[in-house]
Amino acid sequence: MTKETLIVSLKGENATDPVRALTEPRWVRWSLIGVGVLFVALFLVMPLVEVFGSALDKGLEYYLNAVTDPMALSAIKLTLISAFFSVVLNTVFGVASAWAITKFNFWGKNLLITLIDIPFSVSPVIAGLIYVLLFGLQGLWGKWFIDHNMHIIFAVPGIVLATIFVTFPFVSRELIPLMQEQGSDEEEAALVLGATGWQIFWKITLPNIQWGLLYGVILCNARAMGEFGAVSVVSGHIRGLTNTLPLHVEILYNEYNFTAAFAVASLLTFLAVVTLIAKALVGARYEKEKEVLPSSLESEPTL
Amino acid sequence: MSIEVRKLNKTFNGFKAVQDISLKLESGSLVALLGPSGSGKSTLLRMIAGLEIPDSGEILLTGREATFVSAKERNVGFVFQHYALFKHMTVYENIAFGLRVRNQSEAEIREKVHNLLSLIQLSGFEKRYPSQLSGGQRQRVAVARALAPSPEVLLLDEPFGALDAKVREELRDWILKLHEESKVTTLFVTHDQNEALEVASRILIMNHGKIEQDGTPIEIFDHPATHFIAQFVGETNYIDTEVTEKGLAVWGPFRFPINPSFTKGQKVRIYFRPHDVYVTEQFETLQVKAKIKKTRFKGTVIEYLLDIGEGKSIFAQVPKGVALASGFKDGLDVYAAITAFHVFPL
Repeated sequence: MTKETLIVSLKGENATDPVRALTEPRWVRWSLIGVGVLFVALFLVMPLVEVFGSALDKGLEYYLNAVTDPMALSAIKLTLISAFFSVVLNTVFGVASAWAITKFNFWGKNLLITLIDIPFSVSPVIAGLIYVLLFGLQGLWGKWFIDHNMHIIFAVPGIVLATIFVTFPFVSRELIPLMQEQGSDEEEAALVLGATGWQIFWKITLPNIQWGLLYGVILCNARAMGEFGAVSVVSGHIRGLTNTLPLHVEILYNEYNFTAAFAVASLLTFLAVVTLIAKALVGARYEKEKEVLPSSLESEPTL
Repeated sequence: MSIEVRKLNKTFNGFKAVQDISLKLESGSLVALLGPSGSGKSTLLRMIAGLEIPDSGEILLTGREATFVSAKERNVGFVFQHYALFKHMTVYENIAFGLRVRNQSEAEIREKVHNLLSLIQLSGFEKRYPSQLSGGQRQRVAVARALAPSPEVLLLDEPFGALDAKVREELRDWILKLHEESKVTTLFVTHDQNEALEVASRILIMNHGKIEQDGTPIEIFDHPATHFIAQFVGETNYIDTEVTEKGLAVWGPFRFPINPSFTKGQKVRIYFRPHDVYVTEQFETLQVKAKIKKTRFKGTVIEYLLDIGEGKSIFAQVPKGVALASGFKDGLDVYAAITAFHVFPL
């Protein structure tokens, strides 16, 4: 907007309408909103509709058969197992690392912070390859494990390991800024009042970080269930044994079984939508928790 | 219930926060640790509480060696500047925390918390959360929480620093009353000299990690031990001059009789408070001529900038009633004398 038009819109015919005086012309507003809506519809809504549409292409019965197929059920089971281990282990690790990083000073702290970020900066395929190089038959420790009858690569443990690696930073990345902002005042207060380390953690620290923690867990879980690249490398694609849901979708698709592929994909999509809703709910609560409430009640008690 | 500190040192990344401090607080005393920010007063307090570990030196609580005793075992009450109340707990649970971790019975806890609530005049507020309290109420809850486990000493770190002036004054009176009732040895850190002068029976003034003076409020105010304290505590004029002859320093029209130990020609700085400048409209005795250049209203006193000739000027404060009765105003010729001053070598 040029200087002249600004003056006109402030002094001119719009002067009586404060809202119009402070905003852009109608055609600018509508075209900007239109571009935004079109973009979201094209890239987010259409694929979503397409997934469910294609999944139900051959009717509900076909859909249910595809989803309850033993291979599909096995993939669901494996996805849940790897998500479970990733969430549990990364929650414990995330809380412990965030606690250490924000409440203590120690040598190598910056190195640890950098290390936590590695899974974000390394391609998941490379992450998978790292495990093949370590535990594969030709790998560094692979022979020892196989000699002791422990199969990691092309087996469930490999998939779980790869998933843990990829989802490693979610919880700690969520907690570190939160705990930094909160500082250690409450913990110090509890310590001086005579609380032990465990009491401080369970009664003070954990309640203060619970919403941030839940948020991190949801993100971690979503990524664990949807991970493809790293898992694909270590899985070996053995049907009914080492296929997770994303891998199962790929196999069905490669076999030109599009309807079944979309049916299974709709499960993942459904999980994603549920996660999004949970994330929105927790996020709203979390934001509310973070904001400092105004001390609205200045009234003194009447004695 | 006494606190003793011997040759305490603490350095943070090469910055000497506390240097060789020794002090002893008798049981039941109420002492202020006064100093500008960065003077090391909070560090000293946190070391006594066990929240920082000294590099060297000793801390004794009630005569027992406590230097390396965990904060958890020291049985001190600590009140933080920003309250540090447990946000997710009610007022009741906040105060009860120190009792719960000591596994006291529910009945004992209830009785103690209710006693403390009435002490801090917040009975009926037990179900509120800290976010539903005003700043002054939060700080009182923080004091009650610190007192709940019956600590041997109470340490307060800038307890009123985050509150507005009116509430601060109320809490000052309240802390004094509380101390009279409980008789807990209390050490509080402040950068507000009025707070220290008004509340404490003894003041330790810290600067650059060292204690510069240790005395009663009157001693500190009337007999500052160092340059720093003369400038830091209370308002003051200061002038730089040299000793004119044995026992006398002259600055403009003023003649200061000084200690004969200063040698002739020695450079000195003389401090005198604006309220120690005696101003009258008629010449009385030993006064010099002055002219009112500027008037500043300061509530109970009125401050004047006095032109005393030779391009020199000083500040004088006159009680409001006296000033109004005398009809002081800008441009008026008056007479002034300095009734009290302190001389330090430069």
